Amino acid sequence: MNTLATGLIFSNIHDSTLHDLTRVRSTAAIPFGCRYRLIDFALSNMVNSGIYDVNIITHNNYHSLMDHIGSGKDWDLARRSGGVRFLPPFITAYANSENNLYNTRLEALMSVNYSIASFNSKYVVLSDCDVVCNIDLREVLNQHIDSGADVTFVVKKIKPNPEMAKHNAFIDSDENGNVTNFTYKPLNYTKESDVFLNICVFNRNYLQEIVEDAISHHYWSLTRDIYMKDLRRKNYKIFRYTDHVAEICSFDDYFKVSMGLIENKSFFNQLFNNQDRPVYTKVRNSAPTYYSKNSYVKDSLIADGCVIEGSVENSILFRGVKVGKDTVVMNSILFQDTFTGENVTLQYVVSDKDVVIRDGVSISGHTTMPVYIEKGRML
Amino acid sequence: MFRKKECVAMLLAGGQGSRLYTLTETMAKPAVQFGGKYRIIDFPLSNCVNSGIDTVGVLTQYQPLVLNEYIGNGAAWDLDKSSGGVHVLPPYQAKRGSDWYKGTANAIYQNINFIKRYSPKVVLILSGDHIYKMNYAKMIREHLKNNADCTIAALKVPMDQASRFGILNTKDDNKIIEFEEKPANPKSDKASMGIYVFSTDVLLEYLTMDEKDPTSSNDFGKNIIPKMLADGKTMFAYDFEGYWKDVGTISSLWEANMDLLGKKPVFNLFDRSWRIYYRHNAEPPQRINAGAQVDNSLITEGCDISGTVINSVISNGVVVEKDAVVKDSVLMSGVVVKSGANVSYAIIDHDTTIGKDSVVGNKQVGNKSPIVLGADLVVPDGSNLSGSIIVDDENLDEYLEKGAKR
Repeated sequence: MNTLATGLIFSNIHDSTLHDLTRVRSTAAIPFGCRYRLIDFALSNMVNSGIYDVNIITHNNYHSLMDHIGSGKDWDLARRSGGVRFLPPFITAYANSENNLYNTRLEALMSVNYSIASFNSKYVVLSDCDVVCNIDLREVLNQHIDSGADVTFVVKKIKPNPEMAKHNAFIDSDENGNVTNFTYKPLNYTKESDVFLNICVFNRNYLQEIVEDAISHHYWSLTRDIYMKDLRRKNYKIFRYTDHVAEICSFDDYFKVSMGLIENKSFFNQLFNNQDRPVYTKVRNSAPTYYSKNSYVKDSLIADGCVIEGSVENSILFRGVKVGKDTVVMNSILFQDTFTGENVTLQYVVSDKDVVIRDGVSISGHTTMPVYIEKGRML
Repeated sequence: MFRKKECVAMLLAGGQGSRLYTLTETMAKPAVQFGGKYRIIDFPLSNCVNSGIDTVGVLTQYQPLVLNEYIGNGAAWDLDKSSGGVHVLPPYQAKRGSDWYKGTANAIYQNINFIKRYSPKVVLILSGDHIYKMNYAKMIREHLKNNADCTIAALKVPMDQASRFGILNTKDDNKIIEFEEKPANPKSDKASMGIYVFSTDVLLEYLTMDEKDPTSSNDFGKNIIPKMLADGKTMFAYDFEGYWKDVGTISSLWEANMDLLGKKPVFNLFDRSWRIYYRHNAEPPQRINAGAQVDNSLITEGCDISGTVINSVISNGVVVEKDAVVKDSVLMSGVVVKSGANVSYAIIDHDTTIGKDSVVGNKQVGNKSPIVLGADLVVPDGSNLSGSIIVDDENLDEYLEKGAKR
């Protein structure tokens, strides 16, 4: 099957900024919003836009990501032609005694050069996993094709705070949408401008050209060595996205964006309640959630397969969470199969998968510093 | 060619389920929603998969669209197999005559070719209208050990209710000596569950014989089983212990849903070792808003709850607005209960909207069955509907008028 565009997802690029959550997994596999993983948004956006040929570039710790994706069936990506494909780091035997893996996107692209050369679509859509949004990539592709651009960068106009600016690239453009300048990870940057959402469309030929160039010249930064150099020579355009988008560049962001799903109903609806563009995830076949007689639940998002006997307020519960009798869970995020006994109090807690909290234990964080409990801990 | 299979399951899913009235207006009984996110057919299908049976023929006849669509290629139950898998088997036209499925036995008879291609040792006959978890593999093992021609699953029922079932009278070793359909004076409390294991050659022989008999009504319970017994075939009962419920009536469907509730439910859906699979539609997590009160209820994906939900089973995508009360009820997918409305002791089919401040159903009295509202209805604001009635799009207006007068 010939497809118009191939998808290319970077699953690890932001691991270092989300260290607690990525100790046992890649950024792509971070649980988010009751039953999803961050990669579900990138994958669903592609599938919902007719891109059924998706490649996932991995780095390390991708067991949990592979486990999540499986055959790709739950995203309709188990295909005879195309479908989902993992591109683990490619290292020639004995060639790399230090076992150096890539650090940047460009290095990642170089390491999968052979695979990119085998893409047979005209366009390639690149996406990271740190941005949570429900975007119709067909619109981006159409604009890209109509404008004859070499690259189209998806941007969103925002007023950044300095902390967030440090992790992002900002793009200046003229009134015709032509890119005029890049500002990469600036310090003390607060002026309203177009932040790059780490989603872009490339002409496949150009992408291949870049990667081959980079290999022969030992380039390593996509922004500095390629975009900045080619800016005047090539046709770079922006696509301005106007709907809600949430970027997760730190643990703090993770907590805030998650809680935003509860507070901001229109964000929730835009993300999840678009009938034509649902968000897919691994199906677990859980039973519905059971609320017992004396349970009390308020302002919370709850996945299936939970059993709730205590009280839950302003919290996010993943699949299979148990909240015991007389237990209070407030302003917390409990990952899959977290078990809380009786008389437990949790406030501002993020508990990773399979955490067990014994009867009577009380744990409190603060809104600016939620407590993180690592996977499988018993407290 | 076709790989030989130990067992082929044939699932009878063609029944109309007329005693479910409007709930089966546009779908066959096995496609009726159950337990928040399942359909009735998920239970026998999941039992098959969990028992290691990977070749299942689903015999459809009445209103097959929803069922066909739901089963699809069987991927949801891991039944998308290169050899075997799930196959929907509708009645078909043949060179010499064509016919609807005249009875359960005739339905299987018309699909003998499906069974033959896998040359199975045994054929398992199931029906698509029971809620239960059962390991068929154990029953088949028992059947083979006994060298039986037919094994019938049996459930112990209270003696005073035995006259409502097909009763198996057995010897101590469970060998069946007599089968009585709804006996006035039952001699045993072993009721047939409508689950049969047949040795393939015996089944084919009797189906062919039965087909030639013009007086037969081509039914397993009425014809095949009695005939085999009369011929002295080796038939055993297989004792099943556990939950089993025929959900063929409004009351039993409601009861079965209620059996899922409670800290230790009568029927447990949370057992990860015997998962019930279903076809999943990508819906967001459920949202419980401020002001909501949820007691002893099951709620699933896509729901948005701001009102009160007590002792109820709520399917996907249901909205319960502020100050609305849902009690002792079963709401199927996409139902909207507007603010101030009061729903009690009701079954409401998919995508029906209950208007503001309406009252639907009243308290459960004695063994009266719950009120039933069909699919895609719009109940206007301030309406009043009560009593053990079945409301569909044809009689809604009539009932609304009556309700207003009351």
